[in-house]
Amino acid sequence: MTVAQENLEIVPRGADDAAKFEGVQTPFRRFLSDFCESKLAVLGFVVIVAITLVAIFAPVLAPTDPYDLATVSVLDGRLGPGEAMMSGVTAHLGTDGAGRDMVSAMIYGLRISLGVGIGSGVIAMLIGISVGLFSAYAGGRIDSVLMRVVDIQLSFPAILVALILLVTLGKGVDKTIIALVFVQWAYYARTIRGTALVERRREYIESAVCLGLSERRIIFRHLLPNCIAPMIVVGTMQVAHAISLEATLSFLGLGMPQTEPSLGRLISNGFEYIMSGKYWISVYPGIALLVTIVSINLVGDRLRDVLNPRLQK
Amino acid sequence: MTSASAPTLEVRDLRTYFFTKGGVARAVDGVGFSVGRGKVLGLVGESGSGKTVTGFSILGLVDEPGRVVGGEILYHGENLVTASPDRMRALRGANIAMIFQDPMMTLNPVLRIDTQMIEAVQAHGRVSDDEARQRARDALGQVGIPSPDERLRSYPHQFSGGMRQRVAIAIALLNKPDLIVADEPTTALDVTIQGQILFEVQKLCEETGTALIWITHDLSVVAGLADEICVMYAGRVVEQGSVDAVLDRPMHPYTHGLIGSVPSRNRRGRPLSQIPGMTPSLLSLPEGCAFSARCPRVGEACGSVPDISVPEPGRELRCHYPLQETAS
Repeated sequence: MTVAQENLEIVPRGADDAAKFEGVQTPFRRFLSDFCESKLAVLGFVVIVAITLVAIFAPVLAPTDPYDLATVSVLDGRLGPGEAMMSGVTAHLGTDGAGRDMVSAMIYGLRISLGVGIGSGVIAMLIGISVGLFSAYAGGRIDSVLMRVVDIQLSFPAILVALILLVTLGKGVDKTIIALVFVQWAYYARTIRGTALVERRREYIESAVCLGLSERRIIFRHLLPNCIAPMIVVGTMQVAHAISLEATLSFLGLGMPQTEPSLGRLISNGFEYIMSGKYWISVYPGIALLVTIVSINLVGDRLRDVLNPRLQK
Repeated sequence: MTSASAPTLEVRDLRTYFFTKGGVARAVDGVGFSVGRGKVLGLVGESGSGKTVTGFSILGLVDEPGRVVGGEILYHGENLVTASPDRMRALRGANIAMIFQDPMMTLNPVLRIDTQMIEAVQAHGRVSDDEARQRARDALGQVGIPSPDERLRSYPHQFSGGMRQRVAIAIALLNKPDLIVADEPTTALDVTIQGQILFEVQKLCEETGTALIWITHDLSVVAGLADEICVMYAGRVVEQGSVDAVLDRPMHPYTHGLIGSVPSRNRRGRPLSQIPGMTPSLLSLPEGCAFSARCPRVGEACGSVPDISVPEPGRELRCHYPLQETAS
């Protein structure tokens, strides 16, 4: 009993110190302050937020509805930046070949590009995480078979696989997402498997087994949260990759249909006029695409630096 | 070994082999001991002597390519070697708990202490969140953690090493197990913290009647804590008996060497005695007695594995040429 009382005297001081740290040094706050050290990454993040808001509120922000064939007139086609359309609305960035206001078309195009990129990224991540975690946890033959499938998947060029899929499936948002998920899931699966294999060997997993917790609980409550940091990094990079891949596919005439142009489709629409001095149809969507992807990559790079313990000073 | 009450755990002739590409490693080769209610058994040996694998075998946690190939682990008479995985999962954490060596690694870094403790309670029986939290709080109090309510809401990284090991012990105690396997739980801690934790553990065993297997290489810890001691060498128990008897009058040359290599004040200035050589690889054990290559008393008979002899009541020995054979 006396020793127990001594303990009470000794330990509370440590408890006080810990309590002081509480609120100041949670892992999330440390992560946040590390992230904010890079001005460029913060700028990228702000741009991403702005672009996302624009995409979400597209119907409110766009001066005209580029999908409404009743208001789109071919007579407005290829107006230069700043000219007025027949409806009286000024086309600040000009109009495309079909007479759509470029500002509106780009806002809606951004919506599709981001939606397809993020949507396919999230689905691919869910599939990849499930496959990768299962593979790592099951181990043995199941692991080898699944990882060989991933190897085969990754040995084909992504663009080729997506092209073949889209040629078979046809055009449309859903089909594009399917194609993008198909070429992306393997990256997630391989990444999380690698992390999960390391984490699985940690003692807290062993002690969770010792507590008699169910396997499902161990995988999802204990293993998964500890593997999430690299997933955030790969996820960010892959969304940027998906957006550019979708733009490429649309540029090549697959992916999004002419009636619902994404940024890539807009660029390809303007491509035929670019030599005749009507640069705006291709260039402005191109800039929008560039800014989007660069911002996402800036954030992704910073996340990788902050979340990778090996790169920390 | 009192035969008045049945022991909590009895291990008989346990054999756990690892089937590696380089051959069969007999990590545990015919180990037997028993622990009674409220008793502490010290399992002592160098690295690679098979003490940790013995602990893992009891909990059914031996990973591929290892396998328990023989013997019995009787927990209240139930053989754990043949128990189904579901049965083992039900026993683990509820009846048999384990405490690991490194307190930095045994708690999940991304979950709060209360989450981890509550789920440990709820894994074994329907318990309401409030009741589970109450039990978690009680367990933290039991191991001497001040202001348990506040600490429950903390993350593992907000604890010091000693505090974390206390939390780990509290988690092991949550479901009031009657057998705890502790694998060098104080090795990574300061001597002062180690002392506190040993005291708490000893008190708990006496109060709750929990049987404890304390795996360690530190003889001084065993001397202060354990009732019985098992000295392991290369997968076999070479000597066992009550702590006082074994440590005061070691009969096996290996035990004698181990005790001799503990620095003590009386022999200051004189060179420490040491056991020459190192633990043999389990893949290429010498013929006969595994200790023969390093043994000062090696003789002709050592070419064959010595059988277990009982030099005095409550004591077992595996040696052809024990010390003090005829003395006393």
